[in-house]
Amino acid sequence: MNWLPTLGVAALLAVAGYAALFVAPTERTMGLIQRIFYFHVPSAWTAFVAFFVAFVANIAYLLRRAPKWDWLGVSAAEVGLAFCTVVLVTGPIWARPVWGIWWTWDARLTSTFVLWVLYVSYLLLRTLISEPERRAVASAVFGIFAFLDVPLVYMSIRLWRTQHPQPVIAGGRGSGLDPRMWQVFLTCWAALLALMVLLLVQRYRLEALRREVEEMAIEGERRNTRAS
Amino acid sequence: MAAEDPMKNLGSLMAAYLAVWAIFFAFHITVAQRLAHLQSEVERLKETLRQTRQ
Repeated sequence: MNWLPTLGVAALLAVAGYAALFVAPTERTMGLIQRIFYFHVPSAWTAFVAFFVAFVANIAYLLRRAPKWDWLGVSAAEVGLAFCTVVLVTGPIWARPVWGIWWTWDARLTSTFVLWVLYVSYLLLRTLISEPERRAVASAVFGIFAFLDVPLVYMSIRLWRTQHPQPVIAGGRGSGLDPRMWQVFLTCWAALLALMVLLLVQRYRLEALRREVEEMAIEGERRNTRAS
Repeated sequence: MAAEDPMKNLGSLMAAYLAVWAIFFAFHITVAQRLAHLQSEVERLKETLRQTRQ
């Protein structure tokens, strides 16, 4: 294992964590709890990026039928799911002191939960089909369908009135962030994107190795049959 | 909601940060474990194939 990228990402995450806790100014109405924002929102955006990579890989697999696109699709979906889990865990921890409730079924929270369920289903679907090519085709089709929820999640607070706060970034008139908050936000997002790439590379290697094991097992069986 | 006490909700903030790192760390560990398992499987299969060749 090459430790240099891992150490680089760890350093970036440490800087981001420090900036979110100590550099960003304290928000006037919510106080300390608002600092969850620096990992909650960038995790959501990073999940969207990972799901988009999976979406592109799914389309590429259906067009080209090359196994590497299937490996990339499942790897990006699994990494995206980890980031989506962070969003669903940190959201309620923020909501409890601010709203007085852990959860509400508004459009943003519900569509995010549906997104999480869709990608869990995508991974479960893959465990149900043993034949590699059929598994890849079925999961690519399902993955394209699952991605349709991503724009819905993004637009939900723009299209409907929700308990979830209205967008502070790209939210139109009256929205926006303090410049120092912006810098910390972008630092955190950069750190999480770097972490996403690192996890994606690691997860892709796992899928490539699985293919190698499958091929070697088939070769072993063929030799056994020939010998008998 | 006014932020009277500057340290108000510090526990929730720490819980959220711990949860973030715990989720990423757990994911990294599960992938690393699966990788290690497959690597040993590759070694085992290589050995089996070498023996069948001989």
